[in-house]
Amino acid sequence: MLSIKNLHANIDEKKILKGINLEIKPGEVHAIMGPNGSGKSTLASVLAGREHYEVTEGTVEFAGKDLLELSPEERAGEGLFLAFQYPVEIPGLSTTNFIKTAVNEVRKYRGEEALDAVAFLKLMKEKMAMVNIDQSLLSRSLNEGFSGGEKKRNEVFQMAMLQPKLAILDETDSGLDIDAIRIVANGVNKLRNKDNAVLVVTHYQRLLDYIVPDYVHVLYNGRIVKSGPKELAFELEEKGYDFIRDENKVEA
Amino acid sequence: MNNLEYIKERFNQLPSVNDLNGLGVIRQKAFEALNNMGIPTTRHEEWKYTRIGSFFNKEYQYQANQSAVSAADLAAIRLPGYEQANELFYINGRYSAELSVIRSKGLTVQFLQEAARNEYKDIVSKHLGHSSNYLKDGINALSTAFVQDGLFVHVKKGQIVEHPIYIYNITDARQANVLAQPRTLVYVGENAQVKFVETFNTLGTQESFTNRVIEIVVEKDAITEYYKIQTDASHASQVATTHIQQIGKSSTHTVTVSLNSGLVRNNLNIVLDEQYCEAHLYGIYLQQGQSHIDNHTVVDHAKPNCESNELYKGMLDDQSTGVFNGKIFVRQDAQKTNAYQSNKNVLLSEGASVNTKPQLEIFADDVKCSHGCTIGQLDEESLFYLRSRGISESIARSLLLHGFAVDILEQIKLTPIREYVDKLISERLEFEFA
Repeated sequence: MLSIKNLHANIDEKKILKGINLEIKPGEVHAIMGPNGSGKSTLASVLAGREHYEVTEGTVEFAGKDLLELSPEERAGEGLFLAFQYPVEIPGLSTTNFIKTAVNEVRKYRGEEALDAVAFLKLMKEKMAMVNIDQSLLSRSLNEGFSGGEKKRNEVFQMAMLQPKLAILDETDSGLDIDAIRIVANGVNKLRNKDNAVLVVTHYQRLLDYIVPDYVHVLYNGRIVKSGPKELAFELEEKGYDFIRDENKVEA
Repeated sequence: MNNLEYIKERFNQLPSVNDLNGLGVIRQKAFEALNNMGIPTTRHEEWKYTRIGSFFNKEYQYQANQSAVSAADLAAIRLPGYEQANELFYINGRYSAELSVIRSKGLTVQFLQEAARNEYKDIVSKHLGHSSNYLKDGINALSTAFVQDGLFVHVKKGQIVEHPIYIYNITDARQANVLAQPRTLVYVGENAQVKFVETFNTLGTQESFTNRVIEIVVEKDAITEYYKIQTDASHASQVATTHIQQIGKSSTHTVTVSLNSGLVRNNLNIVLDEQYCEAHLYGIYLQQGQSHIDNHTVVDHAKPNCESNELYKGMLDDQSTGVFNGKIFVRQDAQKTNAYQSNKNVLLSEGASVNTKPQLEIFADDVKCSHGCTIGQLDEESLFYLRSRGISESIARSLLLHGFAVDILEQIKLTPIREYVDKLISERLEFEFA
């Protein structure tokens, strides 16, 4: 589904990603862990198409397409979803109106008819129940005055509405207490099936107690330096990132 | 000959110029002021960024041919909800009694020249021209000197005028360029309530210049709402002065919507002349092409314990230019004043510009005042957020800009008018700004 080969990316001439290789297949959950500044969020941003990142080398294929050639909205149309670390507050734009526009834009991209008001409402009710989000939140301006937990829950709700093939969760656990993490993780788990995949980007192992990965990759200094089963996350939690640093010093 | 000289020469031919019981005295004073001050140039501090001199180098027609405006013309410009509204029509600056419709009780409308002689004459002589205390320039004097078929609107004490009052300024520029000077004096009696909606429409393709002045006196405990919608053609320009004098503890609420036209200069003055007055001023402007919008506001806190709250927001595209100048005076007497002002602008192109200037002059020491202005671009992270959800860039921009306008739109309390303005703005954002 997603195939990243030798990806190099810069921001303002500074090399951040220095040759990433990653394969994700339908039905899989991958976690990318790494210390601050290792390039985790850059990878998420490059995949979603955020501006100001320059890809200097390598390829990314997603659902048979050259992902790097697509605009952010086309990537969403193809089924890529980025849950933001810091969801943006947009005063004056109601959450419902935003989601309706997004759903119908994605449908348009896929050559499907726009949902009418009744069908949209039905879909919304169903997904609201699934991710445990309240109607009162959705009638407010997008993320405006939402708590950290509400913002992240709203991200998962958008994911539920757009039904992506690949969801990238960018430090979704940051700033959330354990109860909020549990709610968000439950939402993500309910949305998983054999045809979609999740890429969890996180600093801590805690979120992975709830969204259990099939593979864990350790990102360090712009490269994936270690990959393994979910137990690797526990090892990291126990030993800290220093052991990765030490290992890489030895290799260097 | 310079057009202004031509206008001046006609002064002595005005019907009531020597009528000392009617408008004559006010006219004479204003005419002298016009001669002394002339039409303001950009050397005038209040006109630094707005150039209107060239409008007086053109030839204009003065005579209104009211019968030329057909029912079909009117149908095209009527505002939603007009079936339930009082409608006041001005054709080329002159009030048309034939076209206008009065539905509400307690609402009296008369030609100014009549009101200046009958039982309303004290009100007229006391308040007509009050704006000249604040607008020391020839353009305001020009209106007062040349009032012709102006209108006096009187709202009876205690009357709640349930039907809104729609004011249509129509310039018929199908045959020639038109200079129109609609003039209105409104007196809102004690404990009365009234709502106004005003629009400007130019018919035809010749140029029009409208110099419109409305003075509103708001008595004790009265409530007045005023919505001005400027969506005229690009060959139509105007200086529109709204002067509100709150002489009793009263409340006013104004929203100025400027979506189009060539050059627009709005003067909005609010004088809080009694304790416990409240004034709310809102504005939204969307400009494109070569258009120019200038909002000059004055809030004069003359007495203690008053509150004013002002928010103007603008979006400028192409080569359009904007000016915001917000003055707040807090007089020595005006302790316990609360005065807030904010102006926010989004520039959508390299060529667009805005000059914004808050001006606070505070002479009292126990007051709460704040002001702020911002000029920025659309937030890139917000744009990316929407696009990452599959929303195309152009629709994402429209949604963000509409969101920017929403808190002003919400201030239009008349539902059909709010929906109408929302539709105008949404259409503009989707089809023209995108």
